[in-house]
Amino acid sequence: MLYQPTADRAMPIRTFLKHQMRNVAPFVTLIALLAFFGVASPSFATMDNAYNILTQISVAGIMAVGLTFVILCAEIDLSFAAIANAAGIAVAYFTVQESYVNVANMPLSGAVAVCLALLTCVALGLINAFGLTVIGIPSFIMTLAMMQIAAGICALLVRGQILYAVPDVVKTLGSGSIGGIPWIVIVLAIFLLVGHLVLTYTRFGRYVYMVGGNREAAEYSGVNVKWVLAAVLVISAVCSGVAGMLGVAYFGSAQQNEFDGYLLDAIAAVVVGGTSLFGGRGGIGNTIIGLCILGVLNNGLDHVEIDSFLKILIRGLILLAALIINVYAQNLRATPIESPD
Amino acid sequence: MAIEREAAAKRKPRLRMEAVSKSFGGVAALRGVDFELQEGEIHGLVGENGAGKSTLMKIIAGVHTNYQGRMLIDGHEARFRSARDALRAGIGMVHQELSVVPDLSVAENVYLGHQPTKGGCVDWKAMQAGARTQLESLGIAIDPRLPMGSLPIGLQQLIELARVLFSGARIVILDEPTSALSPPEVHRLFEVLRGVRASGRSIIFISHFLDDILSISDTVTIFRNGRSVISEEAGHIDKAWVIERMIGGGHEELEESYTGSIALQSDPAAPVVMAVNRLGFGRAFCEMSMELRAGEVLGVYGFMGCGQIEFARALFGKVRPQSGSVSIGGKSVRFRNTAAAKRAGVAFVPESRRSMLFYQEPVFKNVSIGMLGRISRVLLKPAVERDLAGRQVKALNIRPANVGVLLRGLSGGNQQKVALAKWLIYPPKVLVLSEPTRGMDVGAKDDVVKIVRSLRDKGLAIVVVSAEPETVLSLADRIVVMKKGRLVREFANEVISKDRLLEAA
Repeated sequence: MLYQPTADRAMPIRTFLKHQMRNVAPFVTLIALLAFFGVASPSFATMDNAYNILTQISVAGIMAVGLTFVILCAEIDLSFAAIANAAGIAVAYFTVQESYVNVANMPLSGAVAVCLALLTCVALGLINAFGLTVIGIPSFIMTLAMMQIAAGICALLVRGQILYAVPDVVKTLGSGSIGGIPWIVIVLAIFLLVGHLVLTYTRFGRYVYMVGGNREAAEYSGVNVKWVLAAVLVISAVCSGVAGMLGVAYFGSAQQNEFDGYLLDAIAAVVVGGTSLFGGRGGIGNTIIGLCILGVLNNGLDHVEIDSFLKILIRGLILLAALIINVYAQNLRATPIESPD
Repeated sequence: MAIEREAAAKRKPRLRMEAVSKSFGGVAALRGVDFELQEGEIHGLVGENGAGKSTLMKIIAGVHTNYQGRMLIDGHEARFRSARDALRAGIGMVHQELSVVPDLSVAENVYLGHQPTKGGCVDWKAMQAGARTQLESLGIAIDPRLPMGSLPIGLQQLIELARVLFSGARIVILDEPTSALSPPEVHRLFEVLRGVRASGRSIIFISHFLDDILSISDTVTIFRNGRSVISEEAGHIDKAWVIERMIGGGHEELEESYTGSIALQSDPAAPVVMAVNRLGFGRAFCEMSMELRAGEVLGVYGFMGCGQIEFARALFGKVRPQSGSVSIGGKSVRFRNTAAAKRAGVAFVPESRRSMLFYQEPVFKNVSIGMLGRISRVLLKPAVERDLAGRQVKALNIRPANVGVLLRGLSGGNQQKVALAKWLIYPPKVLVLSEPTRGMDVGAKDDVVKIVRSLRDKGLAIVVVSAEPETVLSLADRIVVMKKGRLVREFANEVISKDRLLEAA
């Protein structure tokens, strides 16, 4: 048609990479990590270890599903790990414990205990939503306060004790396995799948992306922005609640501050995967990659001879690198081509 | 002959652009433009959006650095690597969106970036005194300790101009400086500009307001399609001449609103679609009462900041009025949010494209967002979305006619149409348009006029809120005028001109 100089012919690939930076970079990182650990340690690239990794990322993964919704809306939830803790403790609290443990010890059925725990996290999520949408507290501060509140509830319920008994259904899903596959991995897969389907194929999912992409425009299009924001915070709380209950079974006990480490892990998984901190870009696919990166990194560093104290630093550096890519990709998108206006 | 040449030699150009070309991703924005700016001259630039005037200015101001052609300042070739470079060479630009810091004082804004210091601390006294003298030299008497945000927009603009002059600019580029100003403010700006011209500095004045251009400029250059079509002394030309060269023929309706008087016509017997009764919101507006009838376009005109923007938002539930009531089709309504307004059949297009469009999403998602609730309850139906969006793209003649392209790939005018398209698949009862043609070129304005008229003829009730008299005059069948938050005048079934409208406001 028209004469195109060679530099222009190369453009599509370059523009493609530029636009897909946030998707490509995490994927390349994952491949690189897999290759590195595969070569560095003979015990890394085994089927058993693959299950290990999947099991290890499950609790953080279920939390990350809900968090993906929140971050896609350009909000943040800092309270989900504490809410997970509260749900985990609640489910144990409403289960009959050993006689020396001083809690309610009500003879409730497992289903009721699970429902009460879920109710707890829904309530906490609703309070988050109320603070953000009705009062207008920024989510960063609101959920920071909720983090303390949920931790306080945990402290009051357990009073420094450790609870071991959980309902059978929670125990099975958290620590059992079927056909060699841990149930918790299956639950994670279901959450990821449902999360993906909701985000991609439902009206609500579209609204999440639109609210994150341009909140003002969403409002001027007649989208009930506050409702969407409230919903994502409740979704995040519920996902955390499930993660918390299964986590209690996975660890074998419920106690104070059990999931504090997962706060960073889940946020890192979402962001490392390439979901934009500015909202509107990314999704469950990105979160899956991010989870794998984190899981491979944590697991792989155990397989190679490395100072265990150095591990923490390395994790921090990887997270920093991901943040740089995240912001860089955002800037690339913002100025894809020079525009005359 | 000899005398003419002598005169030309005496008038040495301060700035000369030779054969400047620039393209964006293969689309030519400037095609070999020559441009000359004399010392002590106010040079008006007109042209449709995308005609290339902004691009040329951004090259001069060092914003775009990659172009073909030469730039000569006082006869010396210059090539800027950044806006900073340009500023150092004495070229300053006052952008349409003011870059003032509203929370800082006037003095701090004037001295932004180079505060006088004494012993390492900011010398507040010297700064205030300096700012006062500087502003007084421009004829602005104001307390420099006042916070910038407390001043009217016209004054803020003058202060930004003062800052640019103060930083040593000998060439000042003003991009649409009058679009947000009331006539007295425009008058004051022009006084200041004449003073600046008298001091030997040169001004480039870009505007869509031809009256303003013609009254202030010494020379007018017209841009069309990336070329500078013609330069002429402002004394020799009139508006009709300029419009003809800007757009060519075939835009009579629009031309009429630019120049002549307009006969308003509306049917007082048509059913009332929306009735607004004594609506009030804080200090923005109060006691607003009006009736909107089917098949009419009601223009709400008032100077910038008279409360018309807030009024438009209140009609769509973006702000919640504190007093008064609204009824639609005889039923009283109270919108808790925009979603409720949409359900009640109100649609709204805000004044800035940025706040109504999703730039990173494809066109069809931008169109379907307005009526997603009607297409699907839970699961999305992308095929239906694309189909409906495709029909709107065709109906509104949006280019490119491909609903899958990302919105940010479209030109400004087409983006504006997409914003309108999202409301038209299931037409609302009431369509509220806030500044529907702001910043648009003549051709795009013409399209908007046509679209709005065809919607009106289908029986929609339309409210057009604007601070630009041309917009209201070219669109409305009936006009109400707002002044300081109150309705002061209604024009219906009479002949009206721009002058009468301005007078009422």
